[in-house]
Amino acid sequence: MAKRIVLLLLAAAALAATIAWAAGAAWAQAPTPSDNDVNRVARQLYCPVCQNIPLDVCPTDACAKWRADIRDRMAAGWTDQQIMDYFVAKYGERVLSNPSTRGLNLLIWLVPPIVVAGGLAFWWQFLRRAAVRPAHAAAAPPPPADPYVAELEKELEERR
Amino acid sequence: MTDTTTAPARVRWWQLFIWLGVFAVLGVVAWQLVRSRAGSLHVGQAAPDFTLTAFDGQTYHLADLRGKVVVVNFWASWCQPCRAEAPDLENTWRHYRDRGVLFVGVGYADTDTEALAYLKGFGISYPNGPDLGTRISQAYRITGVPETYIVDQSGRLAFAKQLPTTQAELMAAIDPLLNK
Repeated sequence: MAKRIVLLLLAAAALAATIAWAAGAAWAQAPTPSDNDVNRVARQLYCPVCQNIPLDVCPTDACAKWRADIRDRMAAGWTDQQIMDYFVAKYGERVLSNPSTRGLNLLIWLVPPIVVAGGLAFWWQFLRRAAVRPAHAAAAPPPPADPYVAELEKELEERR
Repeated sequence: MTDTTTAPARVRWWQLFIWLGVFAVLGVVAWQLVRSRAGSLHVGQAAPDFTLTAFDGQTYHLADLRGKVVVVNFWASWCQPCRAEAPDLENTWRHYRDRGVLFVGVGYADTDTEALAYLKGFGISYPNGPDLGTRISQAYRITGVPETYIVDQSGRLAFAKQLPTTQAELMAAIDPLLNK
């Protein structure tokens, strides 16, 4: 009986080891990247030589080769970020559809919100001053009476 | 008599900050505009220095090549006019290789696989390497490929062509430099 239990346990262990080895082998083979996988990265890049054309929609042969390059690197296990970093190292930061935050590119991210905030602050100040001005105008004393104007108005009243 | 003197207007720090920011952005825009209008390089200018690591691993630094005539050619495998001039470049290189002339090919915006296939296909034997980050292309302000520049022994541009070149043109430019 004890011998049978030991044999069963050994068989179960051998089966588990076989299953683990097969699963590991399957996981080691990266699946072939689909077009959607490739375009997920290509969409974040511009064609290195065309003007402002995203790499996923660029129709040239050169762009097809760059997309093939992305596919090969994905198949070799590269992550999206590694591929993007490779393209930047190879073709410069201008290939990124979203500018980096390094160097003068930081201005692209900082200036628009600063300008919007500055504009809102300017309008707030303007509206505040405009609201204060009518109150001051109401409190101003009436101009002194002009005797000539009073005489003129009296004559006009009499002629009616 | 009323006192007509008024207190000086006080500049708030945030107003100063905003104006400084505006002038800084305008300064950057102006600088970029000046750069973009600089145009192509021309003969007589000092050749921009560069370092190129060739596909065979050798590194070439232009400043270290003083005393030699250096022909710098920008190309790409996807560029048809580059393919047309490739045999002329190789033939010219073979004519001058032992006479103090170095040809250097700068691969512009190309994959390594295609670039190496291009070089093998045309039997190019002079050093070629990828222009990583397009730094060399930007330094030379190229507007496309192919473009060819010849740097004389003192580091000045003796020839600059923003179109395909020919063996005859290259030899006409190189011979006077070697006969100085």
